[in-house]
Amino acid sequence: MKSWKPLAAVTILSLSAISVAHAGTTLEAIKKNGFIKCGISDGLPGFSFADEKGNYSGIDVDVCRAIAAALFGDATKLKYTPLTAKERLTALQSGEIDVLSRNTTWTSSRDSAQGLNFAGVTYYDGQGFLVNKKLGVNSAKKLDGATVCVQAGTTTELNLSDYFRASKMKFTPITYDKSDESAKSLEAGRCDVLTSDQSQLYAQRIKLAKPDEYVVLPEVISKEPLGPVVRHGDDDWFDLVKWTLYVMVNAEELGVNSKNVEEMKKSTNPDVKRLLGVEGDKGKDFGLANDWMATVIKQVGNYGEIFDRNVGKGSPLKIERGLNALWNQGGLQYAPPVR
Amino acid sequence: MSEPALIPAKPPFWNNPQTRAIAFQIIALTATVVFGWYIFDNAQSNLRRLGIASGFGFLDSSSGFDIVQTLIPYSSSSSYGQVFWVALLNTLLVSALGIVLATLIGFLVGIARLSKNWLISRLALAYIETFRNIPLLLQIFFWYFAVLRAMPAPRQSLHLGEAIYLNIRGLYVPHPYLQAGFSWVLVALVLAVVLAWRIARWAHRRQQATGQQFPIFSVTLALLIGLPLLTFWLAGSPLVWEYPQLQGFNFRGGWVVIPEMASLLLALSIYTATFIAEIVRSGIQAVSHGQTEAAFSLGLNSGQTLRLVVLPQALRVIIPPLTNQYLNLTKNSSLAAAIGYPDLVSSFAGTVLNQTGQAIECIAITMAVYLTISLLISLLMNWYNRRALLVER
Repeated sequence: MKSWKPLAAVTILSLSAISVAHAGTTLEAIKKNGFIKCGISDGLPGFSFADEKGNYSGIDVDVCRAIAAALFGDATKLKYTPLTAKERLTALQSGEIDVLSRNTTWTSSRDSAQGLNFAGVTYYDGQGFLVNKKLGVNSAKKLDGATVCVQAGTTTELNLSDYFRASKMKFTPITYDKSDESAKSLEAGRCDVLTSDQSQLYAQRIKLAKPDEYVVLPEVISKEPLGPVVRHGDDDWFDLVKWTLYVMVNAEELGVNSKNVEEMKKSTNPDVKRLLGVEGDKGKDFGLANDWMATVIKQVGNYGEIFDRNVGKGSPLKIERGLNALWNQGGLQYAPPVR
Repeated sequence: MSEPALIPAKPPFWNNPQTRAIAFQIIALTATVVFGWYIFDNAQSNLRRLGIASGFGFLDSSSGFDIVQTLIPYSSSSSYGQVFWVALLNTLLVSALGIVLATLIGFLVGIARLSKNWLISRLALAYIETFRNIPLLLQIFFWYFAVLRAMPAPRQSLHLGEAIYLNIRGLYVPHPYLQAGFSWVLVALVLAVVLAWRIARWAHRRQQATGQQFPIFSVTLALLIGLPLLTFWLAGSPLVWEYPQLQGFNFRGGWVVIPEMASLLLALSIYTATFIAEIVRSGIQAVSHGQTEAAFSLGLNSGQTLRLVVLPQALRVIIPPLTNQYLNLTKNSSLAAAIGYPDLVSSFAGTVLNQTGQAIECIAITMAVYLTISLLISLLMNWYNRRALLVER
């Protein structure tokens, strides 16, 4: 009967520790911490990729940096958590991260039953197939009987089954947790085809030993709108993430970029004036500094800049703007007005 | 003239050790229940607050994804519940095969370790010390990424005749299909087993009564193989083999052992066998040497001594730690997730969890399953242990 004291102490401590976990919104917690916990992918060139010094770059990383710039006026107030496709949603639901910016597809079940909110679309994607040229296949319709590598726990896995079933073709799925393992298996010949979002296929291809031997098939078999995600239950945080995206798209539309932002503050265009906080009090609406939108553009850039330097013309991936061009240039990127 | 008796005052009830003991038990139990309820309530209210679906209804909705190895019928239109069974069977398959293989290798190596032949015992020692001291996950990667990845492409398969093919996609062997009339072969087999058992019993009795021996092994073996084979021939060979054939990208038809399964099985059994070998060695060495000497002086040869005298006594020492190894192997099979073998952790606690977002339910089910499997194994081994115990007369 000597051991009861520590037991009781432990019990009381754990009970009190859990009670604390109830309170506080995400936004309050972030402000208290002084940084944003951002979930990114486990290594995908153009989206989130660490260089040899451990610095992350990519579209998904830039979205996080933009949110940090909006909230703290400093794009470096971040803590990155690399996550596999299988881990990502649980990490967000459980509060391990504040925002998930990891090429995640916006779907109805994630938006409802899984308790998440998609804040917008940073990249309009679609699923495709990457094959070795030696197979001599030029269409996905000729993949009957193929062995297909796919990442576990993705919408890709579901679309793959749908596509082959609808086309009355057979296939053998090989599912890995990490996209790198899928790519290695394609190289080794464990599978004939690697399927993923097309942007990922281009990114995976440049990581292969001989990228020229592989080709992306023309078929796009799904809609994959990718964007940042937050938990249900904190509308202020949701609004902040959503409008950080819109600010970047609006900035591109209005011709404001990271280089000319100071100059543009002198612009006579009322839209630009509101965007850059010269006129109106768009900061107060969000509980932020009045020039927060200008800070985002200055420190991270407008949408076009981010696209070009990570996946577009200024990057090794050289992906066309396509669907991701602005709405007035034939694409789908469209932001509600700042007003 | 009597001293006033020193009757001790009755101690207050809180100093009564029995009352105290009961009180502390009640406090501990209440604390545990309250703690458990608090966790449950906390999870419930958080799920409600975040609007995350809960409950087990998701098990009935269709999964929408395919699985590479299924022992029961499954397609992407099957339910998540069906995924659970597929994944559970895959776990059980690799665990059961692993336990059998590990036991075989373990006993062989354990006995070899005690061999008088210097080379054999050193080889056994080298094997044990190497594989016991390398982390299991690393060994799985070794077999999967280093060994089985070096296999040729389907078109350049290594092959044995036109029946067995080995390539990077797996090992393809012919698949037998039973035809009408095969049931007679099964009947013959059952008949042979019953007959063999009767003969063995009769021979045993006769030997006890008269001391005459009967060539029991060869006779029962001939019976067990001969009778079914004869029936098979009489019934007109009611068995068709489906051979694997290269069609398009892959071999089709036949049975396939996928490399994910092969490397997991190899790593699990080779790793666990090292521990079993040491257990077997210690068990054998725990049997007094006098037993061996006594057996030799009775005229038994070394094989008989091992089989009839040493092993039965050694088993008493071997079985309890062996149970632990079986449990370890089963639980270690969850490392399958690392190489994409569709086991319970990979397919159910991984993919299903991710597609439905119902983390608590999926993890709870998975934990319950591993607990059940482990308890079943120890139940079975405890039963066997009681049988192998020293019978005292």
